[in-house]
Amino acid sequence: MIDALIFATLNGLLTGLLLFLLASGLTLIFSMMGVLNFAHASFHMLGAYCAWSIGQFTGFWPALLLAPLLVGGLGALVERYGLRHVHRAGHVAELVFTFGLAFVIEQAVQSFWGPDTKNYQPPALLDFPLFTLFGQDFPAYKAFMLLISLGIFIGLYAVLTRTRTGLIIQAATTHPQTVASLGHNLPLLHTLVFGAGSALAALAGVLAGPVLGTFPGMAATLGSIVFVIVVIGGLGSLTGALLASLLIGLLQSWAIAVDLGMPDLLHWLGVEFPVDHPLRDIWRLNLPQLAPVLPYLLLVLMLIFRPSGLFGRREG
Amino acid sequence: MRHLLPWGIFALSLLLLPWLFPSVLGISILNEMAIAIVFALSYNMLLGQGGMLSFGHAVYFGLGGFLAAHAMLGMEQDGPVFSVTLIPLVAGIGGLLAALLIGSFSTRRAGTSFAMISLGLGELLAALSLILVGFFGGEAGISGDRSLGPDFFGFDFAQDRQVYALAAVWTFASTLLMYLFTLTPAGRMANAVRDNPERAAFLGYRVQRVRLLSFVVSGFFAGAAGGLFALHNEILSAQSLSTANSGNVLLMAYIGGIGFFIGPIIGAVLLTLINSVLSHYTDLWLLYLGISFVLTVMFLPQGLTGLLMMHVAPWRRGLLHTLLRPYLRTAVPALLCVSGLLALLETLHHQGEAVIFLGISLPGGQASNWLAIVLIITLAALDWHRSLPALRAAWQRATRGETP
Repeated sequence: MIDALIFATLNGLLTGLLLFLLASGLTLIFSMMGVLNFAHASFHMLGAYCAWSIGQFTGFWPALLLAPLLVGGLGALVERYGLRHVHRAGHVAELVFTFGLAFVIEQAVQSFWGPDTKNYQPPALLDFPLFTLFGQDFPAYKAFMLLISLGIFIGLYAVLTRTRTGLIIQAATTHPQTVASLGHNLPLLHTLVFGAGSALAALAGVLAGPVLGTFPGMAATLGSIVFVIVVIGGLGSLTGALLASLLIGLLQSWAIAVDLGMPDLLHWLGVEFPVDHPLRDIWRLNLPQLAPVLPYLLLVLMLIFRPSGLFGRREG
Repeated sequence: MRHLLPWGIFALSLLLLPWLFPSVLGISILNEMAIAIVFALSYNMLLGQGGMLSFGHAVYFGLGGFLAAHAMLGMEQDGPVFSVTLIPLVAGIGGLLAALLIGSFSTRRAGTSFAMISLGLGELLAALSLILVGFFGGEAGISGDRSLGPDFFGFDFAQDRQVYALAAVWTFASTLLMYLFTLTPAGRMANAVRDNPERAAFLGYRVQRVRLLSFVVSGFFAGAAGGLFALHNEILSAQSLSTANSGNVLLMAYIGGIGFFIGPIIGAVLLTLINSVLSHYTDLWLLYLGISFVLTVMFLPQGLTGLLMMHVAPWRRGLLHTLLRPYLRTAVPALLCVSGLLALLETLHHQGEAVIFLGISLPGGQASNWLAIVLIITLAALDWHRSLPALRAAWQRATRGETP
């Protein structure tokens, strides 16, 4: 039991930090442009696929750098020539535009890279167990992922709070008119933030590709979860995004590790139900089954009882 | 009289189409179209008329459908036996109750919050449908037999043709009712709340109540569409309430045009056709559909109906014919450019294998071939660009009423 919990905690932390790489870009883009980018997870997927393709020629390490740059550039182009054009029609049109973009990217990946899972392996350099606990290996690559994610978080925090660009970005989220009238190029800033956010998502994709699988459905499975995180953390809040990422990551990984459910609860309460009871599915639910449902349940409850999220200052 | 003309045309086409396309496939496509029309219209009740962007409308479609499937299954297993003509009603009431429950909290806000709640609930139900095997039937789904109810004036609904008759009647009635709803004070208030919720609230209307009413009525018709779907397919799987189905109805409404009542009908007909016809010709049809959707959002925010409606003003002035020449001038390079792009995508997709495109065989994997296609695309695009000022000028002349 205890060994399963320790591994679940490590895996949960890892998932949480990876989710944060995605959520941080999404929340930053939202707070600047007021747009929830449905295609964010698609950039994540494109990152993994580009890295796999580039990796065929150069190996893992150059791809780790090149793929995010490529996808970041693509993101900047999307903002400049797509989103800015739709912006005039209002937020609903922007949301619908990014939704369509996510659809196109998923179809494009399926058409040109194929519907099967790519054999994307972690680099040979990191292909060894870092330590063994209770007879279970913890791969070095996962530790590397943890390290990079933590590094990015610290770097992002430093850039946003310590550098001039970061301060302008922060100012632009709350007082865009003032920033523009002080002579800063606001549209360029939007393009840069959108590009940087896409690059971060792509980096998460490059890192996650070998572990979580590189397949055309990876954007769809992750996309909604990242939305959940951004809403639970509070739209636009970076701290909220970090906490919500870790919360969701840990929650999901613990729910899978702990094999408890309604039968145990009913047993503890001393209640018995016949096997063919009409509501038998509900009496048989257990936590591993419920793991994929938990984030959405949390989202709906959050939106009902505290629509501004954990750390949000405004409602969507 | 003028109001009745479109309805006459609608009823007549519902009546005549099965005689024009009597094959099994034809009737099946017509059935799917009828279902899609009801579903897309119910969706536009939220997005177009109420300003609520939903990413989870398939929930009501799916729940209604599952209820209908269970009703049909019940007739097999000593449940209540009743005429299957009422199945869409049962499904509609299911959709209505679900919408009442969910809408009671989700309609508090419109905009991004509403979109997020609808997405969350859509994902929640899609995930639950795989867990609660008793109601949703798991991988296999729930199947029922539609011919077990009592005969309805000699119809036992075993054949697709008879189901089409039922679907056509339901579609006509639902379309009429949804249109009449837009004329009621509740429908008008939905428009007011969409455009300016603060002002509507200031005038003393309860904004949430207005939204909830639209939401519940929309849920009823989405459920009824689900019921028709269950009758047509006799099986329902988790696919029906997946987020992909919710996305599909958004595409239908948006491509058709959310600002017009008829828009979603056009979108539903077109997308059903694309779905069943284009998919035979190319593997990439979903990609093309997605690209068309993104281009619609960018350049035709009022959809295809909006594009048609733009031509009403020149037509009234009797200047529509002046647009013909500049249109043809633009269409030639535009078509060439688009076919070039399609050829490029198809050859890329087939990676080295020969592709037959528009009757021309394109051997894959040759650099000269690719170069030729790219050259054609570039030249056509340049010419297309050059033809645009003349079109713009002609368009301004036609709409301002100046004769050239």
